[in-house]
Amino acid sequence: MRASRVLFDALRGSRVVYLAAIICVGLAALLSYAAPLMVRFAIDSVIGNEPVAGPTIIVDTIERIGGVENFRTNLWSVVLAIVTVTVVSGVFSFLQGRFAAGASESLAERLRNRLYDHMQNLSYDYHVHASTGDLVQRSTSDVETVRRFMAIQFVEVGRALFMVAAALPILFSVNARFALVSVGAIPVVFVFSLVFFRRIQRTFQMVDESDGRLSTVLQEGLTGVRVVRAFGRQRFEADRFDECSRLYRDLVYKLIRQMAAYWSISDLLCLAQIGVIVVYGTTLAVAGQITIGTLLLFVTAVTMLLFPIRQMGRILADMGRMSVALKRIGEILAVDVEQDDDTAVEPAIRGHVVFDNVSFAYAGREVLRDVSFEAPPGMTVALLGPTGSGKTTLVQLLSRLYDYDRGSIRVDGIELRTIRKRWMRRHVGFVLQEPFLFAKTIRENISLARSKSSETDVYRVAETAAVHDVIESFDRGYETPVGERGVTLSGGQKQRVAIARALLMKPPILIFDDSLSAVDTETDARIRKALSTARHGATTFIISHRLTTLAQADLILVLDEGRIVQSGTHETLLAETGMYSRLWNMQRKRHDEFEQELLAQGERT
Amino acid sequence: MHAFEEKDYSKKIDLGLWRKLLGYAKAYRRHLLGISLVMVLVAVIDASFPVMTRYAVDEFIVPGNAAGIGLFAAGYAALVVMQGFLIWVFITLAGAVETGVCYDLRRRGYRRLQELSLHYYDTTPTGWIMTRMTSDSERLGETISWGIVDIMWGLTSMTAFGVFMLVMDWRLALIVLSVVPPLAILSYVFQQKILKNQRIVRRTNSRITGALNEGIMGAKTTKTLVREDANLAEFQEITGDMRRYSIRTAVIQSLYVPIVLTLGSVGTGLALVFGGQGVLSGAVSFGVLVAFVSYTVQFFDPVREMARVLTEFQSAQAAAERVMDMIETEAEIVDDPDVVARFGDVFDPKRENWTRASGEVSFRDVTFTYTGGEEVLQNFNLRVDAGQSIALVGETGSGKSTIVNLLCRFYEPSSGQILVDGVDYRDRGLLQHYSNLGYVLQQPHLFSGSVRENIRYGRLDASDTEVEEAAALVGATTFIRRLEKGFESEVGEGGSLLSVGEKQLVSFARAILADPVFFVFDEATSSIDTEAERLIQNAIRKILQGRTSFIIAHRLSTIREADRILVIADGEIAEDGSHETLIAHRGMYYNLYMNQFAAQEESLPVWSET
Repeated sequence: MRASRVLFDALRGSRVVYLAAIICVGLAALLSYAAPLMVRFAIDSVIGNEPVAGPTIIVDTIERIGGVENFRTNLWSVVLAIVTVTVVSGVFSFLQGRFAAGASESLAERLRNRLYDHMQNLSYDYHVHASTGDLVQRSTSDVETVRRFMAIQFVEVGRALFMVAAALPILFSVNARFALVSVGAIPVVFVFSLVFFRRIQRTFQMVDESDGRLSTVLQEGLTGVRVVRAFGRQRFEADRFDECSRLYRDLVYKLIRQMAAYWSISDLLCLAQIGVIVVYGTTLAVAGQITIGTLLLFVTAVTMLLFPIRQMGRILADMGRMSVALKRIGEILAVDVEQDDDTAVEPAIRGHVVFDNVSFAYAGREVLRDVSFEAPPGMTVALLGPTGSGKTTLVQLLSRLYDYDRGSIRVDGIELRTIRKRWMRRHVGFVLQEPFLFAKTIRENISLARSKSSETDVYRVAETAAVHDVIESFDRGYETPVGERGVTLSGGQKQRVAIARALLMKPPILIFDDSLSAVDTETDARIRKALSTARHGATTFIISHRLTTLAQADLILVLDEGRIVQSGTHETLLAETGMYSRLWNMQRKRHDEFEQELLAQGERT
Repeated sequence: MHAFEEKDYSKKIDLGLWRKLLGYAKAYRRHLLGISLVMVLVAVIDASFPVMTRYAVDEFIVPGNAAGIGLFAAGYAALVVMQGFLIWVFITLAGAVETGVCYDLRRRGYRRLQELSLHYYDTTPTGWIMTRMTSDSERLGETISWGIVDIMWGLTSMTAFGVFMLVMDWRLALIVLSVVPPLAILSYVFQQKILKNQRIVRRTNSRITGALNEGIMGAKTTKTLVREDANLAEFQEITGDMRRYSIRTAVIQSLYVPIVLTLGSVGTGLALVFGGQGVLSGAVSFGVLVAFVSYTVQFFDPVREMARVLTEFQSAQAAAERVMDMIETEAEIVDDPDVVARFGDVFDPKRENWTRASGEVSFRDVTFTYTGGEEVLQNFNLRVDAGQSIALVGETGSGKSTIVNLLCRFYEPSSGQILVDGVDYRDRGLLQHYSNLGYVLQQPHLFSGSVRENIRYGRLDASDTEVEEAAALVGATTFIRRLEKGFESEVGEGGSLLSVGEKQLVSFARAILADPVFFVFDEATSSIDTEAERLIQNAIRKILQGRTSFIIAHRLSTIREADRILVIADGEIAEDGSHETLIAHRGMYYNLYMNQFAAQEESLPVWSET
């Protein structure tokens, strides 16, 4: 997605406010010259004896309200006018700040929400390969770059332009030659800033990289502290860190030295410009060509201009960052999200699953080939096969995490592809091998999909998943938060919480994708026993490495290289020659040998 | 399962703390002195520009005589050049202090982190330590250096402006300066408010980062649970907060500047009214009036700066306390001075005095209590002969990890002794003990760098050939050769580019290169793929040869091959013997075996044999 498009979209809804901010900054900039002009009038014409200078309207107005004499006897009125214009200018500058903040914060909010929403709706496959760190970086610091630009930098550029636009006519109308000499440094300062900050980008980048490396070394040294200790590498680590830290220090110092050169040179330029105004203005004043008030006006006006101009150079040099940030955000938004056809249906799902010659290819490789089987509601289907045989893919198709290429999958007689994705997933309790727990309490984690569940329901599913006692053993029980600020659950405990979570959905289809791998055999058996009554007749798919787990299934599918090579019950499969009986017998044999061994020992003792 | 609790930190400015922190900047005393002097000069020059204007008005313009203006111009130019130079000097000096203090704090901090016991790491989140070592140290460097710059400049400017004005016309000065107290109070109040709000914004920002992190890492789970809308709603709540708080902060900030400017214009007005009357009556010169008007435009800068700096110090104080807390944490496991004198410390070991242990180790009446008071081991006794392999078996929390942690001296016995070759291991010194130790974790940890560098971590002076031999010995060569650049391939951050099995093989090679006397291995519980499994079993066999080993075992094959199996329950050795004897004994091990390990026989590593 193009950078400008991202920005344009995100601005939708804030454009009017943003325009108001720009108008206010313009008015504030214009008005900021009113006070210096009034001071000049006060010094020259009220306190001094010069004729009133400026456009005829102003001169006439002053005459009409009693002339200079009136002001002279009543100096307060001039002061009141000065304070008033400052206040009015202040009001505009406040409004500008308020509007710019409102617009840019809303923009950032929209960008953040849009990114979050978009990322959540990207395909399952995208998230399998996604780099969390990178995505977070783009959604935080890149959004921040854009926000900062819109909130501060863009407005600052506007202010600088308005101020130049306001100052030049005023100064040139007062005295063109003096004005020309007075603003001579402005383009120089601007170009100097622009060139300097453009050139310094490289150093900035080096500092960033060095900072990143320092963090990596630190992070690794801290997380690997046991390794460091066991090998006695404290000195080595300290030296390694020291080297990075020193490099970082030197780079930052280099950057600061460059900044020192920049600030001293640009300050020198600015101060010299003021000096030129004072000296040249003095000679002009001595010659009677300008007044003291005019001199003061020039000093004040040019001082007011110099800083925004310097900033403008810096901002324009930084523009590159902004467009890079927008481009990086655009790259995420350009990835297509999951979508359903308009005709997608939401049928009642009871759990009758039919695979009919289903094939699926991924990254040019056939993962599933002509898979066919039927599972009526309530059946337990076990999937068995070596790594890469397609077991996980098969169940992922059922949850519409991937879409099959050929053949047909029917759920209760309806073609799966026509069923709305979310609708389907809501009816499939899918327990991943490595489930993710959120930084919420354990109760909230269990009731993620059914947030209004009653306490009894939560306890019941936790008991079924054999995790209730574990949870109760924590100080705060179900209210214990999970994560860095709470408890760290073991792999097996996480899996059990995830099972409880899936059960709470009471889905017509349940999938356990090797989701008891980190649970010991005894607990595994307990959970399976509890499940047989608690799954409410759900059609259940189990992937496991434990033969005893699989043996009890109503239907066992043996997969190899994407094909179903054998299917049947434990008994029928044992009767066939094939992978299943071979495996089973091999283990039987081992078990028998072990029994023999035991017996032999028994006899010996 | 320690929940980390953070101390409360005070909010009032604590001078003692800053004095202590300045102690850390002692090396930069000259720099700081230099900065102070330079800032005084800078402020005085800043204050003299209006004086120059006054001179021009009173000496040239009012009398209408330009004689001597060349000299005036030269003087002005000299001031400008000097100011430019001084600015260069103070930025350079402050930069040196900023980067130097930050570097020193990090260096000290990291060295202290190397000395702190594992207990510290077990009870402190890594993220907390990271923040102390990165942004907090950086912030302190900045606060100390630029804080001094701003304070010196602010104080001197205010003084110089005040003195110059008082000298020119004390009556007028007093009238105009009456604006300063309300300005100072307002500035302070506003800065406080801004600080408070910025804190809230920052906190909200970390909430956003946390939520994003979670949203992305949990995306797959979210999909299967169809939680997208609920998640988005929760996220929108946080971003909505962020918008509200940020706007509130911006409003306060946008209110502050106009108010200050208005007060400034009141100052200007006072100067005009009273100065103007003075000019009209002839009591005040035109030049003085012009100078006063310039001062009123300038003098809120130092006031504003001072208010900002004070607030800055206040907000950096929490960082200061935390960083110093970390640096000053006492290491719990340290060697006695006489041990250090003989064998050196962890940074400067005296290897010449070391001897290689034989491998014999005994626990004698060892009791171990965690700081929380939970007693894990009580009067634990164990003698292991040189070269024996020990499999530790038992439930989570039975104490087997504690035994290993004590052996590694990650923790020390609360009472009792651990003897290596008959000598208390505390008398042999930390690093000498570590030098006899090889350790492979359940979740192997690698450092970013090449495979070769990671293996060489085991013995830093090992030659390339030795590294490759170690890899060959554990059977890692095949997979390493398959990598794009072989031994030179990068393993990624934390080894992320390698699979778990591959990481384990590299960590075995690393351990074997160290040629340890004691080998400690925490076996992985979860299954890895069959091929890697087989390689790892072979590697373990190689490593165990001729070494005393302690294995927290989960695999039946590993347990069976051990010389001794120790069944640990409630911090005691419940059973001790070989696989055969323990099976025959029909006790805990037998039950454990029947219920748990036998099942492993049924799981699928047999695929490779079909």
